[in-house]
Amino acid sequence: MSGTASPIQHYRAEKAGELIIQPLDIMTLIYHRRSGITHIVADPVPQILEIMKQDIVTAGDVMQRLTDIFDLENRPDSGAVISERLKELSLLGLVEMIDAP
Amino acid sequence: MRHEFHVRVGPAAFRIGSDWRAPIDQMRALYADYPAADFTDFTVRLEAARFLRRFLRPSAAINGDYRLPDAAPLPLGQGLLAAEMGMNLQMALGWRRQLILHASAVEREGRALIMTGASGSGKSTLSAMLGQKNWRFMGDEFALIDMVSGDAVPYPRLISLKNEAIAAMQKHAPDARFGPLMQGTPKGDIRHMVPPAPAIVRMQARAKPALLLFPRFGYEPAVREIDAGEVFMRLTQASTNYVALGEAGFEALTRFVQNIPARAIDYQSGEQAEALVNQLWDQLA
Repeated sequence: MSGTASPIQHYRAEKAGELIIQPLDIMTLIYHRRSGITHIVADPVPQILEIMKQDIVTAGDVMQRLTDIFDLENRPDSGAVISERLKELSLLGLVEMIDAP
Repeated sequence: MRHEFHVRVGPAAFRIGSDWRAPIDQMRALYADYPAADFTDFTVRLEAARFLRRFLRPSAAINGDYRLPDAAPLPLGQGLLAAEMGMNLQMALGWRRQLILHASAVEREGRALIMTGASGSGKSTLSAMLGQKNWRFMGDEFALIDMVSGDAVPYPRLISLKNEAIAAMQKHAPDARFGPLMQGTPKGDIRHMVPPAPAIVRMQARAKPALLLFPRFGYEPAVREIDAGEVFMRLTQASTNYVALGEAGFEALTRFVQNIPARAIDYQSGEQAEALVNQLWDQLA
């Protein structure tokens, strides 16, 4: 045990101009211009990308902004869910992991 | 090449070269009503693997602008099939002017019915059958979607009938022209059929897509709705050039899925399929 807490991970969404986002009934299509890859995603991914804007944010910030806008159930695992989605989005290249500012 | 043949199918112009005369003669006969092309989009070559083999155990390797390195040569008796496969391969891998969907298409009053599905779904036979009724046959293999207008562009190549569909179409269209019966091909028995005359005469006449169906042969007649997200995903899988077309392909396919109603249909006979098609066309198109 090192005794030091791991630093909080920060994220920044891909530039809006690099993404074409098209809702398609219950799904949303995201065409990523830089990679040429089409992603088919479900909620809350489009909402996460939207509220991140171009800011450098943590999972906690994202959770807070989502709560401000949407009537979210305050479930204890909500933060973990957002954290997981952000990690997945960074693997897809739609979100960038940023060293703490 | 020793023997050569030029033909235009819809917007695409092909030059077919062959080491042997027989496949070229068969193509000339079956494509007799198609316009000759004065330009070439794609070249397909049927070549003997080795010089001696041309005489001893003749078999045609498919080559051309685009080729599959592992494609096994076909016996010379299936040379026509080799040429057709070669033409399909060029389109699938090389065409960039329209979004390609692996689908059949028929038209009525300027509007197109597009049918897509896996091999054996019956989409090819259905298009051939409807082409004998009051629909214009537009193609049994590739539906080409214009990326600007969204129009379906005809690609009425020879209809490739497989196995049971051969006898069925000979009954439906006794006056149609058929190519040689090729038995024991990698896909079973195959016989090509010349599309009805209006399909060839009007092969530059585009149509507005109005209905998309996912037919499935061999199940109790049924109609199912499909979510737009699933339609989109299945069409990306059914497209041979979606990825290559990049953003233009994405925009075209998204518009297509948002604007064209889609249904899955199951059927066990041509009559059932025709009834379902007509019913859905009247309701949705």
